[in-house]
Amino acid sequence: MTRTWDTVRRNRAARLERARAVGHGRWVEADRMPALLEALLEPGDRVCLEGNNQKQADFLARALARVDPARVHDLHLVQSVVALPEHLTLFERGIGRRLDFSFSGPQAVRLAQLAGGGKLEIGAIHTYLELYARYFIDLTPRVALVAAQAADREGNLYTGPNTEDTPAIVEATAFKDGLVVVQVNERVDRLPRVDIPAGWVDFITVAPTASTIEPLFTRDPAHIGEVQVLMAMMVIRGIYEEYGVQRLNHGIGFDTAAIELLLPTYAEGLGLKGKICSHWALNPHPTLIPAVESGFVESVHSFGSELGMEAYVAARPDVFFTGHDGSLRSNRAFSQVAGHYACDLFIGSTLQMDLAGNSSTATKSRITGFGGAPNMGCDARGRRHATPAWLKAGREGSTAAMPRGRKLVVQLLETFREHMEPAFVERLDAWDLAEAMRMELPPVMIHGDDVTHVVTEEGIANLLLCRSPEERADAIRGVAGYTPVGRSRSRSAVEALRGRGIVRRPEDLGIAVGEATRDLLAARSVKELVRWSGGLYDPPARFRSW
Amino acid sequence: MEHLVFELERTPGPAPRRAAVVVGVVASGNLEVLVEAGPFPDRCRAEIQTSATGFGDIWGAVLADFAARHPVAGLSLAVNDGGATPAVVALRLGQAFEEYTGRNP
Repeated sequence: MTRTWDTVRRNRAARLERARAVGHGRWVEADRMPALLEALLEPGDRVCLEGNNQKQADFLARALARVDPARVHDLHLVQSVVALPEHLTLFERGIGRRLDFSFSGPQAVRLAQLAGGGKLEIGAIHTYLELYARYFIDLTPRVALVAAQAADREGNLYTGPNTEDTPAIVEATAFKDGLVVVQVNERVDRLPRVDIPAGWVDFITVAPTASTIEPLFTRDPAHIGEVQVLMAMMVIRGIYEEYGVQRLNHGIGFDTAAIELLLPTYAEGLGLKGKICSHWALNPHPTLIPAVESGFVESVHSFGSELGMEAYVAARPDVFFTGHDGSLRSNRAFSQVAGHYACDLFIGSTLQMDLAGNSSTATKSRITGFGGAPNMGCDARGRRHATPAWLKAGREGSTAAMPRGRKLVVQLLETFREHMEPAFVERLDAWDLAEAMRMELPPVMIHGDDVTHVVTEEGIANLLLCRSPEERADAIRGVAGYTPVGRSRSRSAVEALRGRGIVRRPEDLGIAVGEATRDLLAARSVKELVRWSGGLYDPPARFRSW
Repeated sequence: MEHLVFELERTPGPAPRRAAVVVGVVASGNLEVLVEAGPFPDRCRAEIQTSATGFGDIWGAVLADFAARHPVAGLSLAVNDGGATPAVVALRLGQAFEEYTGRNP
């Protein structure tokens, strides 16, 4: 018997034929999208419904949620972010059965309920890069439903500033005989630039409303407190200056926004311009504007865009990656690779940390997932190029004869969260979540053996210099403040660690706590950010209070 | 609401006598500290009015550390707390003491 080698391609042709038979051409009327999906999809299909960190194929999500579950059911959804209510309606209606994803943000509670109630099977919770990797190995989408800004007559796509995941999804789908369906905001005669060629796209619809984009990375400086200013001062003195950190990635949050806003003031005053924070893997954070304008920042490669930053980015092409049309070209897959291999430091906030330094944002009733932090916040074991920051971290962290560098992975957390929940604990909630959801692994965001520094309002613990698990635990207790974990410290052990520079207090770093005031922030409001940008930053309405 | 009173005795020395100061505001996650000359020359009296109940031992620990770092004997502190974290409390107490001692007699 001879084997046929093109069953997938024939299946693709059969699906296209079914679509044609019910009258669908390349351009699909918006109201006929559910009918097209019913013709294209087969039960059990692996489907990527583009849900990014920011951009959402929201029209296609609503269309898919409206198909007849008698015809389309038991789909296996493979998408990076579960953000819209419709994403979970699929599972309530039986259209979807299995889910492989990275991050669930606003749907975290409902996702946990559906998984707990047996309506939804979770394959695995991934990092972004890990999920994209699996698109090319064992989770290749059969059908991809994606979002673009515009299409031309031929079907070329302009994904623009919020390109994000689209290239990775479409590449994996189109080159394995899958089908690509796209929603666009508009059809135009001439695209500003081509981000996805027409030959990779099968069906296009002009959505009745523009695709949803969340301004996830906008932090209003008005909400940054003095404790965050103090922690930012410690990071700049005790880590950025100490290691000469030039290439880095910041997580989202007010803690890291405070650092960005202290660069033109506090860091500049220390003479650090040109010595730290010149090359970034970062979304265009509005709070980075003062540092860019002050000449701290040489280049920024972005995972996605940020609402309101379009004109500013377009006016700063020396700094940002832009097309010949002038607008930002983001790419989450490449930026994640850049953050993993080409950055010397990752710094991010977390909610809970144990005495081994493992940290997690999971709590018992929510499945939030990981996003990109684990890829940013881990040592790149395959890295082979040296920089001073990487080499210094490597020297501190190892006594081996063979020289090797280390990535700096910094976790920021105040010792207590709101409602006096201690951030330092003996046992992470992640263990209970794993048990309740029958997961194979507790969802740990950053593993303790990857963390090099823990920063709290009380000081910095340098875990690189610790030589035993007991020393690491003592160092973490030494910055854990008045939490039960912190109060059970041995004062003499902590003082001994302080003598070795493993625990450092603000005064050890030459920082007077009284200087930690909001006056140090380069901008204290969104309006001041607009002023720094010369009027180019156009914040979304919810961030305008004037 | 909870009302707590502490008398802090282990402190490096007497505080100078200055005009009373108020630092901070009563708001969610924030607090107001009034510092003034108090009734006992050898110790510092601290009265706490807090919106969060059940954290007396943490208040005790934060205040003991504060008193160990600053010469506060002879002072009286009145705190109105809107559920601030110990990080904010420690910062405000430090600011209040600096503000108080920075004042001319």
